[in-house]
Amino acid sequence: MPTLHVNGKTVFFEAEPDTPLLWVLREQLGLTGTKYGCGIAQCGSCTVHVDGAPVRSCALPLAALNANQKIVTIEGLSPDGSHPVQKAWAALDVPQCGFCQSGMIMAAAALLAAKPQPTDADIDAAMSNICRCGTYNRVRAGIKQAAAAKS
Amino acid sequence: MLQELELSRRGFLGAGAGLVVGFHVAAPGEAQAQAAAQPPEINAWVRVLPDDRVLIRIVRSEMGQGTLTGLAQLVAEELDCDWSKVGTEQPTPGQSLARNRVWGNFSTGGSRGIRESQDYVRKGGATARLMLVQAAANEWKVPVAECRTARGVITHQPTGRRISYGQVADAAGKLPVPTEVALKDPKDWTIAGQPLLRLDTKDKLTGAQVYGMDLKLPGMLNAAIKDCPVFGGKVRSFDAAAIARRPGVKKVVPVGDSAVAVVADTWWHAKTALDALPIVWDEGPHANASSAAFAAVLKAALDAPEAVVGTSNGDARAALAAAPRKLEAVYAYPHQNHATMETMNATARWTPQRCEVWTPTQNGEAALAATAEAAGLPAAQCEVYKINLGGGFGRRGAVHDWVRQAVAIARELPGTPVKLIWSREEDMLHGRYHPVTMCKLQAGLDAQGNLQALHMRIAGQSILAGVFPQNVRDGRDPVVFQGLNASGPEASIGYSVPHLLIDHAMRNPSVPPGFWRGVNLNQNAVYLECFLDELAHATKQDPLAFRLKLMGSHPKHRAVLEAAAKGAGWGTPAPAGVFRGIAQTMGFGSYVAAVAEVSVSSAGELKIHRIVAATDPGHVVNPQQVAMQVEGSFVYGLSAALYGECTLKNGRIEQSNFDSYPVMRLAQMPKVETIAVPSGGFWGGVGEPTIAVAAPAVLNAIFAATGVRIRELPLKNQSLKKA
Repeated sequence: MPTLHVNGKTVFFEAEPDTPLLWVLREQLGLTGTKYGCGIAQCGSCTVHVDGAPVRSCALPLAALNANQKIVTIEGLSPDGSHPVQKAWAALDVPQCGFCQSGMIMAAAALLAAKPQPTDADIDAAMSNICRCGTYNRVRAGIKQAAAAKS
Repeated sequence: MLQELELSRRGFLGAGAGLVVGFHVAAPGEAQAQAAAQPPEINAWVRVLPDDRVLIRIVRSEMGQGTLTGLAQLVAEELDCDWSKVGTEQPTPGQSLARNRVWGNFSTGGSRGIRESQDYVRKGGATARLMLVQAAANEWKVPVAECRTARGVITHQPTGRRISYGQVADAAGKLPVPTEVALKDPKDWTIAGQPLLRLDTKDKLTGAQVYGMDLKLPGMLNAAIKDCPVFGGKVRSFDAAAIARRPGVKKVVPVGDSAVAVVADTWWHAKTALDALPIVWDEGPHANASSAAFAAVLKAALDAPEAVVGTSNGDARAALAAAPRKLEAVYAYPHQNHATMETMNATARWTPQRCEVWTPTQNGEAALAATAEAAGLPAAQCEVYKINLGGGFGRRGAVHDWVRQAVAIARELPGTPVKLIWSREEDMLHGRYHPVTMCKLQAGLDAQGNLQALHMRIAGQSILAGVFPQNVRDGRDPVVFQGLNASGPEASIGYSVPHLLIDHAMRNPSVPPGFWRGVNLNQNAVYLECFLDELAHATKQDPLAFRLKLMGSHPKHRAVLEAAAKGAGWGTPAPAGVFRGIAQTMGFGSYVAAVAEVSVSSAGELKIHRIVAATDPGHVVNPQQVAMQVEGSFVYGLSAALYGECTLKNGRIEQSNFDSYPVMRLAQMPKVETIAVPSGGFWGGVGEPTIAVAAPAVLNAIFAATGVRIRELPLKNQSLKKA
C-alpha cells in the first residue's frame, strides 16, 4: 500500500503509482485545500512543500515520492492559521476569490523560508502562481509584511 | 479600529463558525434550509440570535469581488448593529421561489451586486431596526421616539434603560414589517463607507474554504466530460468497452448529442479513463471554421451598407465627405476565455421526484432554472445550493451549460450524487468567449484640428444573439454600444462630436459568446480611446487637452479623467524613459479613467510601471474593496491586452491551457494607484469598468514611447520596436 508523510503524519491509501500527488491529497486524503487549476504545473494552485521546497503537485506522480519525504500542504502550514504569511494575508485582505491562495501562500512561505528578506526580484522570480482576480500587488505587500514581522 | 474589529471578529467566529456560515458542507442543504423563515427572523434580510449575533442574508454571489461584505455593511449600517457580531447566510433559490422572490434578483454580473440591490437591502436593515426598537418600546411601554440604537443595543433615553437586539429579537420578529422607512444619508455612515476587512477571508488562508470542486457528499461519484471540440459537432460513437476495466470506472454516459462523460470513483480515474476513451466525432457544419476566415468576414462588414445605428447626431457621412482633413483606422479585438482559476463544476443528485445541485454560480436562480429543465422536473422539486466560486468573471452567470451536463449525468445514476469537474482543457475549449469584433473609425477634422465628424463602425459578434437571442430585436443588440450610448445612466459616451455615427454590422461566428468581465466596454474603449489618441497626435495636440475640448457637456466623465491625470502628474515630466498614455470611459453606471506609465526597451520589451486609475461609482461602500477591484481589474484587463487571444482553427479553439493561453503574472504587475472620487447621487458598479481603460491607456503610452500604434490585440503578437 502506498505510504506518504503528510503534514506530520504517515498516511496510507490506495492509488496507482502514476497518480499525481495533487489527486492523492484531494481524493485519497481529503486535503482539498490544495487546488487543481491546470494539471500541467503552469498555474501553481497545487503548490505544496516537499522537504521544504515548493512543488507543483499536479505534475508530480506518486511514483516519484517516498515516505521519507516530508510533504506539507496548506492545511499543515500552521495549526491555526498563524504562519506569518497567513497573518500578513489576513491583515492585508489579500485573497479575492481565494482559489489560488493556497498555492500562493505555500509559495510565499517557501520563499521566506529560503530567503527571509526577499527582494522584489526574488519575489518576482518565486511567485509565478497565476491569480485571475488580481491579488498580485497585495501578495507582494503580504510577503514584505511577513518578512518584516519575522525579522 | 480595523484591527480591533478584526480581533473581535476572530473571537466571535471561533466561538461558533458553523452557525455563522450559511452553507454547511457536512450536512448539505441543512444549514441553507435554516435560512428560510426560521426564527428569530426579524425580516427576510436579518436574523438576530439570542446571543446578539446578527445574520444577514445575501443572495448575490461572492466570487472574490467583495459583494458579500459590502452588502452586509449596507444592511448593518441601517440596522445599527455591532459589526463584530455580523455573519452572513445565503438563502437558496428554492427558498426564494417559495417566498415569492423576497430577496430579489440573484444575478451577480454586470457589476450589479451592490448598485442594484443597495436600496432594498438597506431598507431591509432599516425596517429590521424599527421592528427591534418597537419591540423594546412595547416591552418598556414607552414611545418609540424616546429610544435610540447603537451597536446592537437599544437605549431608552429618558431612563437610561438598555436592552440588546438579541433580547427583543423574538418579539420583533412577530411585528409587522414597516412599509415606510427612511434611509440614512451616506454622509452619516459609520459601517458602510469604511475600509473594513472582508468577512470571508479566514478560511481562504487555511485551505478550509470549500469551493464547488472540493465538495464531498456521502456515496458521491466523480465525472469527467469531453464535449465535441468543434463547435456545433456531435458524438458519432464511442467505445465504452475499451475503458470498462480501468480502475474505478463505473459508467460511460453520452451527455446530450455532443458530449461523453466517464463516471468513476475518483475524478482522476474518470479523467484518465476519458482520455483513453475512443470517441469518433461528427464535426458538423463548422468543421473548417477559422479565425482567419472569420476576420475576412469582419473586414467586409466594416464597409457593409447594412448596419444597425446605435448613436447618431448630425450627419456624419456628409460631414466626413466635406471635411478638409480625414483620418481613418481599423482596430481588432479577439476572442478571449474567462479562464476562472476554478474550472466549471457541479455536483448533482437526481431522483424521479427531486433534483439537487451544488455549484459555484453567479446566478442561483438561473442555475435552478437550468437544473429543473435538465432534470425534467418542476422547479419546486429542485434545489440549488450555491458554493463558493473560484472566480466568475461572467462565465458562471448567464449560461449554466455545466449544470445541465451534471444533471444529465446524474439522471443516469438515480439517487447517487455525481460531481462533474471540467479539466482545464475542457474549460478552455468550451468557454463562452469574449466576442470578436473589428472597428473602423473615420474622423473629419477642421483646419484647426477640431473633431467635427466621427463614424465608428463596429463589425462583429453579438453576445445577446448567442446568449439571450430573444433580446435581439430587428438585428439590434443594444449591449454592443456599451460606453458609446448617446446618454443614460449606464454606459454613455463622454464626448460631444458635432456629427457622430456609431453603428454595428452583426456577424456571428461558430464560437459561442459570453459576458466577459467588462463585456463590450473593453473593446469599445480601445477603439474610441486609442483613435482619439491618434487624432490628438496627428493634430499635434496633447491627448488630455484634445479630449477635454470634447467633454464640455460631460462633467462627470471629465472630472474623473482630470482626477486620473492629476494623480499621475500628467503634464509634468515622467521618469526618464517612461511615457504616459491616458483613457477614460463610462460603463456599469460608473465613470472611470486611467493613466499608464510604460517604457519600451530598444529590443521592444514592454514594461508597465504604474497605473493611476480614477473611478466615480457615485457611492463607495468599502474603499478597500473598491481599491482591490480596481487593482484586480488591471490584472484582468492587462492580461487581456498583453496575451488574451483564443483562435479558431479547424472549427476548434487552439488554446487548451495556460501554456498556450498565458496570463499576466506577478512579475509583470505594475503599481496600481486607485483614486475614488464618488460624487454621490447615483450608484455605479466597481468590478468591471476600470478593466476597459487598462488596454487603451497602455496602448496610448506605447505609442508615446515608440511611435508604434497598436491596433490589434493582444500585444504578444505585435512588435514594439520603435517606429
